[in-house]
Amino acid sequence: MTDQIFHDHPNDRPARLGWYASRVAIYGMLLLWAAICLFPIYWTITTSFKAAPDVMKGTLIPWVDFTPKWLGWKSLGLSPDTIGSESTVRQEFMVRFMNSTVISLTSSAAAVILGSLAAYGLSRFSYKFLWMRNPDISFFFLSQLILPPVVLALPFLVLYKELALLDTRIGLILLYTLSVLPIVIWIMRDQFAGIPHELEEAALVDGLSIWGAFLTIVLPIALPGMVAAFILSLVLTWNEYFFAALLTSTHANTLPVMVASQTGSQGISWWSMAALSFAAIIPLIIIGVLLERYIIKGMAAGAVK
Amino acid sequence: MSDTGDLLHVVTNDDISPGRQAFGKAIVWASLALLAATALVQTLDRTGALPIGLSNWRPTLYAYVLFSICLCWSQVLIRGEQGKRVLFVLPAALFVISLVVFPLIFGMMIAFSNWNLSSPDGRQFNGLDNVRQMWSDPFYWNALGNMVWYLLAIIVEYAIAFGLALLLNAQIRARKFFRVAFLLPLMLSPVAVSWMVGKSMLEVRFGPIANLARFLGWEDPSFFSSPELARATIMVLDAWTYIPFMMIMILAGLQAIPKDVQEAARVDGASAWRGFWEVTFPLMLPVSITAILIRIIFKLKLADIIINLTSGGPGGATDSVTSFIYREYRDRSNVGYGTLLAMVYLVLIIIFMTILMKLADRWMRPKY
Repeated sequence: MTDQIFHDHPNDRPARLGWYASRVAIYGMLLLWAAICLFPIYWTITTSFKAAPDVMKGTLIPWVDFTPKWLGWKSLGLSPDTIGSESTVRQEFMVRFMNSTVISLTSSAAAVILGSLAAYGLSRFSYKFLWMRNPDISFFFLSQLILPPVVLALPFLVLYKELALLDTRIGLILLYTLSVLPIVIWIMRDQFAGIPHELEEAALVDGLSIWGAFLTIVLPIALPGMVAAFILSLVLTWNEYFFAALLTSTHANTLPVMVASQTGSQGISWWSMAALSFAAIIPLIIIGVLLERYIIKGMAAGAVK
Repeated sequence: MSDTGDLLHVVTNDDISPGRQAFGKAIVWASLALLAATALVQTLDRTGALPIGLSNWRPTLYAYVLFSICLCWSQVLIRGEQGKRVLFVLPAALFVISLVVFPLIFGMMIAFSNWNLSSPDGRQFNGLDNVRQMWSDPFYWNALGNMVWYLLAIIVEYAIAFGLALLLNAQIRARKFFRVAFLLPLMLSPVAVSWMVGKSMLEVRFGPIANLARFLGWEDPSFFSSPELARATIMVLDAWTYIPFMMIMILAGLQAIPKDVQEAARVDGASAWRGFWEVTFPLMLPVSITAILIRIIFKLKLADIIINLTSGGPGGATDSVTSFIYREYRDRSNVGYGTLLAMVYLVLIIIFMTILMKLADRWMRPKY
């Protein structure tokens, strides 16, 4: 072993120490917040496998603190031993699940189609409707964002009653499409503004029509943005509770309504609540983990110009 | 992006025959006439002048849909290539107008009437009675006051979100894991959150958070006992779900700032603290304002957690306007009064947001 010839200057050593300290602080804070974010989900999963005494003791770690049981999932009819047999709860759950799926998928798709077309038109052509020009029309669409749902809720309740649309999927789909449309237009306007219009000009010179150029040239380029808008709409519509609680009763209930309606009757069976809650959030957790980059893209679209 | 003037110029030789134009006009007027006729017949039916026995207004709805389709089609028939451009925006515009403007006008009518949906009397116009009732309704003003508190909480949320975004933007490993983990609360439905966190984790006897609070020396950790505490708990739950939203926007803004700006500041001898306050933060101002404005918009709709967790209690301390109106309707099923409250809320929001956007505009200008 030879002596080290070159040393850090003594002044630099505290800085190295400071660097380590800041590393520890950064990772400490990151891990703390990750725990804050993930623990409730972990708690829900574990609670769905607990029996009453385990819940009351506030146990945390499966197999160490308590032995997992299929109690919560059995009450939903989704545990291994009940999955084969008939279960009214499971049937109800599946109906609600299908309602949520159909409603959120359809309304998101409708919003993306309507919104993309409008955003494309507004980013490429100039319109004039009465006194309204392009900026006014854009503002008209985007201003729907500040409209709180309560304002529309009660008029819609009465209107839907008259139109026999109460408690139907189509009624909710219309409203959800409306509520996510401004967000879609906001994201897509940004997307189309980033696509050089020389591309379409070239396509037009080559003999495509405006719609042809839009469908064959612009859409494929804007597709990631559309996916982002679609996913974001999906999250918002899947979780929507207010309209669903007001406008549905028996046929078109969505999952959040089912979760919320478990309150009363016979005390609270925490395990089945946890199982139900978890079943309601698991699709979005999967989407969040797999398609995180689209969600971030969607939310970032409007922020940075 | 210029907002006026076509970016795409198309030269077409549209020779639209007069017959085609006439046909276009004809289908619009014909479908409009059909719509008017259907509506008239239904009104007569409803008033009893011409009893056909229609149970609902669906026929008018179908006539309206037909009219909308004819209107779109006729644009192409009459104006050719120009009409095809209109077709990009027209469907969305028709959709929004029919789903927002009509219900709003209709809502104006309901707002000034006494209409109990469960009573057979139907709608009764009662002038300004609802306004007077609202004026002396302490719970409504209380709910509005609560909204101010909820809005003020956004400042704290923003600070946390900014901190998290800075952390994610730092040189770290496993960035994707942390990003996904931080994003997850936004994916969860507020109803499920109010169950999982609000009811079970905050449960006094065995909830892990209550246990933690007890461990830290709080004798009786009941989170919904006092009004201030209950409101704070709601704020925390709502913040938990929506902080990722602000965080992502701020993170996107941070990543858009070129690295050399910070490096230049460091070369000039600025400490990390000054480098943040005098370089990063001012550069982030536009993004921050956008994020806060959007967060305010979402916050003004706050309801799901409150409805499911406290239903406004204790004593209306946690009520937001939305949850109050929801309860008002659920308890008394009076659409008229609830609609008036909602309309007043809308007017207040529009005034508030207009002022805010003007202010934001002024703040953002001199920075450039």
